[in-house]
Amino acid sequence: MQTKSDYAYDSKIEGDVIVTRVDAALNWFRANSVWPMPMGLACCAIELMAAGASRFDISRFGSEVMRFSPRQADCMIVAGTVTYKMAGVLKRIYDQMPEPKWVIAMGACASTGGMYRSYAVLQGVDNIVPVDLYISGCPPRPEAVLDALMKLQAKIITQPCLQDLNIIKTLAGQTQN
Amino acid sequence: MSALKSAQQLQAKFGDLVGAPAEFRGEICVTLAAADKIAEVADFAKNSLGFDFLVDISSVDNHGEDPRWTVVYHLRNLAANIELRIKTNVSEEQSELPSVLPVWRSANWHEREIYDMMGIRFSGHPDLRRILMWEGYPYHPLRKDFPLAGKPTDLPNVAFTKPAPLEGGPFVTVAGGGDSIGREPRVRNPEE
Repeated sequence: MQTKSDYAYDSKIEGDVIVTRVDAALNWFRANSVWPMPMGLACCAIELMAAGASRFDISRFGSEVMRFSPRQADCMIVAGTVTYKMAGVLKRIYDQMPEPKWVIAMGACASTGGMYRSYAVLQGVDNIVPVDLYISGCPPRPEAVLDALMKLQAKIITQPCLQDLNIIKTLAGQTQN
Repeated sequence: MSALKSAQQLQAKFGDLVGAPAEFRGEICVTLAAADKIAEVADFAKNSLGFDFLVDISSVDNHGEDPRWTVVYHLRNLAANIELRIKTNVSEEQSELPSVLPVWRSANWHEREIYDMMGIRFSGHPDLRRILMWEGYPYHPLRKDFPLAGKPTDLPNVAFTKPAPLEGGPFVTVAGGGDSIGREPRVRNPEE
């Protein structure tokens, strides 16, 4: 079977070496293996499960590895109503996630408190953790979750990965001198 | 045995403490005059009258009246398929009545919820902690004088709770309005 494609990388023409920046390569890895931490707190979690199942298939974007341990996750998807009592737990889980980490606020409740204008509900998860993407909807459809994931990938690709590290800055300064 | 007969037996046993059974839509309710006797009444209801299932304990805030609290016990006799309701009043100064946990073990969480939401204490409860709000929350949010939007409190190391923005609300529906405009949720603030 012939697997030749005119569009893909062809080692016969371009050789065995690809030249790129480390930053770009690392970001490429990161963007295509975002392991989500499903912080399922309410009905949004059901839609998140649908996004992970075969019909919508989050694995097309490299995010099928839902990690229930925060230490193995990259992206916390806050799916549902965050009560003040749960806020402490959520913050603790977020703090346990290793850098780099991202947060998606899924649905109206996680973004703003939603319809729960009440003494018991945190009015938006961005009060306690930094949020990268908000998904509208109550609950959002799985397509919206996938759209947010693609937007997050686009964001990750543009983020500086290595060039902000102090050691890199020092090395760059030494070579200039 | 019917629910009415059970209520009459309660009356026969406890005399003036138990008021006359009131019937509403086929359900029987008796009022207990002394809240500190609730444990004995509960014991009799379970062991002599067969009310083996405590369906629920709820509480009412009669804000501005005396006594302020009403605690309501919903009992069920599973063998005879009857239900009985026992109400008892507690004053705001006292705010305490005996736990029925030795009679029905399921009273544990019901009483904790009432303590959390209303601030009524149950003497003899082995573990009277908050159950819904977090430990250290200073208010009892189901009381009538607690605003719907909440009050500012501090959740240590995590968040500061501000009153929730109600955007002009609370939005209240009125039953029995003539047309849909009269019935639909509108800004009706009872404090104004």
